[in-house]
Amino acid sequence: MHMSNDIKIKNGLTIKLKGAAQNIVKKAAHPKFVSLNPSDFHLIVPKMVVKVGENVRQGDVIFFSKKDERIKFCSPVDGIVKDIVRGAKRKIIEIIIDVKKSQDSINPNFIDFVDSNSEEVKNILLKSGCWPFIKQRPYDVIANPFDNPKSIFVSGFNSAPISADLQIVLDDQKEEFKTGIKVLSKLAPGNLNICVDKNSSTFISEIEGIQIHKIKGPHPAGNVGVQIHHIDPVNSGDRVWTLGAEDIAIIGRYFMTGIYNPIRTIAVSGPPVKYPQYYKTIVGSEISKIISDAGVNINDSLRIINGDVLTGSKVNHDNFLGFYNNTLSVLREGDHYRMFGWIPFVNNEVPSIYKTSFSWLFPNKKYDLDTNLNGEERAFVVTGEMEKVFPMDILPMQLLKECMAGNIEKMESLGIYEVAPEDFSLIDYSSSSKIEAQYIIRQGLDLMISEVG
Amino acid sequence: MNIRNTIDNLKKPFNKGEKWERFAPAFNALDTFLFVPNHTTKYGAHIRDAVDLKRTMITVILALLPALFYGIYNTGFQYYSQLDIDYTIIDIMIHGSMKIVPMIAVSYIVGLAIEFAFAVFRGHEVNEGYLVTGLLIPMIMPVDIPLWMVGLSVAFAVFIGKEAFGGTGMNILNPALTARAFAFFAYPTYMSGNQVWVSEASNPPVDGFSGETILGMLASGSSSLPYQSMDMFMGSIPGSIAETSTLMVLIGAFILIYTGVGSWRIMLGSVIGAALTGMLFNLWGVNELMSFSWMNHLMVGGFAFGVVFMATDPVSAAQTMKGKWIYGLLVGLFCILIRVFNPAYPEGVMLAILLMNVFAPTIDHYVIEANVKRRLKRINKPLINIA
Repeated sequence: MHMSNDIKIKNGLTIKLKGAAQNIVKKAAHPKFVSLNPSDFHLIVPKMVVKVGENVRQGDVIFFSKKDERIKFCSPVDGIVKDIVRGAKRKIIEIIIDVKKSQDSINPNFIDFVDSNSEEVKNILLKSGCWPFIKQRPYDVIANPFDNPKSIFVSGFNSAPISADLQIVLDDQKEEFKTGIKVLSKLAPGNLNICVDKNSSTFISEIEGIQIHKIKGPHPAGNVGVQIHHIDPVNSGDRVWTLGAEDIAIIGRYFMTGIYNPIRTIAVSGPPVKYPQYYKTIVGSEISKIISDAGVNINDSLRIINGDVLTGSKVNHDNFLGFYNNTLSVLREGDHYRMFGWIPFVNNEVPSIYKTSFSWLFPNKKYDLDTNLNGEERAFVVTGEMEKVFPMDILPMQLLKECMAGNIEKMESLGIYEVAPEDFSLIDYSSSSKIEAQYIIRQGLDLMISEVG
Repeated sequence: MNIRNTIDNLKKPFNKGEKWERFAPAFNALDTFLFVPNHTTKYGAHIRDAVDLKRTMITVILALLPALFYGIYNTGFQYYSQLDIDYTIIDIMIHGSMKIVPMIAVSYIVGLAIEFAFAVFRGHEVNEGYLVTGLLIPMIMPVDIPLWMVGLSVAFAVFIGKEAFGGTGMNILNPALTARAFAFFAYPTYMSGNQVWVSEASNPPVDGFSGETILGMLASGSSSLPYQSMDMFMGSIPGSIAETSTLMVLIGAFILIYTGVGSWRIMLGSVIGAALTGMLFNLWGVNELMSFSWMNHLMVGGFAFGVVFMATDPVSAAQTMKGKWIYGLLVGLFCILIRVFNPAYPEGVMLAILLMNVFAPTIDHYVIEANVKRRLKRINKPLINIA
């Protein structure tokens, strides 16, 4: 069954930034607090199980999904629930857990799943708190346990600028990863696909019993949605599940030990980071300790991002790591003016997909980009630029326009089921009209969920 | 940052809740002309490309400059070469500038005034598109057109051609060609014939003043042209102000294609379409226009200028990649067809582009349908990848 298919991605863009994490993995300081943030789980309405002041063990349920009680969200640590922060309309913003100084040790207990069927494996995943790691296409939301996916896809590499190198992330979790793969194979027998970077060798390519695909090309070649599109596209009614590579190791660890231990290997990267490197910590850990260890001066005007610079979400330095991201990016805020900066060949330190900046003369130069919009939002004018960075047989501008119009039938026929906001992140980046494509696609997907389901 | 502070102070009355808030778009247009604003990313990608519409539009203007300067030169050259007096290059440039600079000024003043008014009225920012349109309009007019006519054409193009459809990005027709078509049909005596293409030709100081365009001569059946192919390529021929020099247009095309701002698909498609049609007619060859060499067809009558600067307008052209090829091929085809079969309209390229502007959404429709059908077909297709 082991086989290899090569796929070449042509359209896309490799953005070279300063501050990529070096191949150094440090153990992060023991966090004082961790947090679970319901906004990491799109459209999940949390139903709380614990109260403030309650003791929780690692793996205890903190809340579950109001829509499906089986989808549980568990504590990553032993500790005491310190605060449940609520916002407008009592919406839960954050659940903060005071971490116990010494974590209780539990005897590892191997879970035998060799003879289990897919329903049994699903139930273990649901009970363990690992289910939220499984996401689905269409819609890019947590998978529905009632579904049986036609296939499962995992991207074995990141292509986004200065994002975590999954080889480093997985380096000391190979056995856990392999076990996780065996578990997932039960959910989509014969149809578990992992895409690896054609230009680098990895232990993943040696794993038996799965479909390995070699992908070549610029970002977004590492986006799982692009890979699905080229290998086994999502049609109307299909369900394809996707997982992050390190999350598979978390699942594997659970099956090897019986313990929900969501380790995160975080690449702290970005131009203002003095020591860009990796930190071993736990899901939801405090950001401040990690970034100050990496030499980030929190008094500077900085943008801290849970995730990569194209798709991540903005956080404050006193917030917490997200549930899914392996990268913590830091950029300088770009709230400054640039005199006549719009004139071609002025301000060459900002690169462009158009050759209206001398940046193209230095293809290997790494840039120190900030968060300036480099212009103002305008109506759609220029055509053809989105296609340059969008490697799918989908018409991106037409799909965006139908999403804005809320035309469900057109969205469906133009391929809304195949895309996630992250697939449009390079369109955000390169649009000369500064179109917020990821935002528009997310609105479009949410409309589909409410109207079609 | 002293200038910045001054602007911020001047801007205060335009801020939200202040007395001139309504006019903020007008002030912002001037402010953002001086400075790229301090806006940071709010949604989506946290980093952004250097390009914005200002930079795109100014690149088009850079690409237009060689043709514009040559247009100024040629206006003066055509004028003096027909007079029996000594002249220098300085005389030529002065005469050309005296004619053309006022036209550009009128075009920008009238057009931008309307654009600013609409921006304030509709409460959106001023779009940069008119920077290009405003320069294109005088460049494609005959040199002796009265200034009030330039202003009226501009007003028509901006009101009816653009704002009536909802403003920038929504118009069906290319605004600059709309202005020219308006003048062409409203004031034909100023826009065609043999008296309008050379400066002051309608009140000749000397007898025997000839200002006919090449296509005009061919249409009237004359077979011996006073011009060589080289003249057509260099541009020292009568015509609209800045369209005569194929060489200068090619420099502009190079800038547009190299920077990635202009669509090479449309340009190449148009050239192929016109060349093939021209070759077919060369084989047929029953009248002067048919037997006019297909290569010369590409160099006269503003063809090069039209396909490089007008057909490529992203808003009014086809928007899909395949659509751009089809659109380009048809612009070339119709341009030659109109020239050959309707000699009353030697401006084949203007009418061909306007016609294809109207059909561009239809072309895109079929390209989009094909994409949708490909997606539907997949459902029934077995996966080849899985052994």
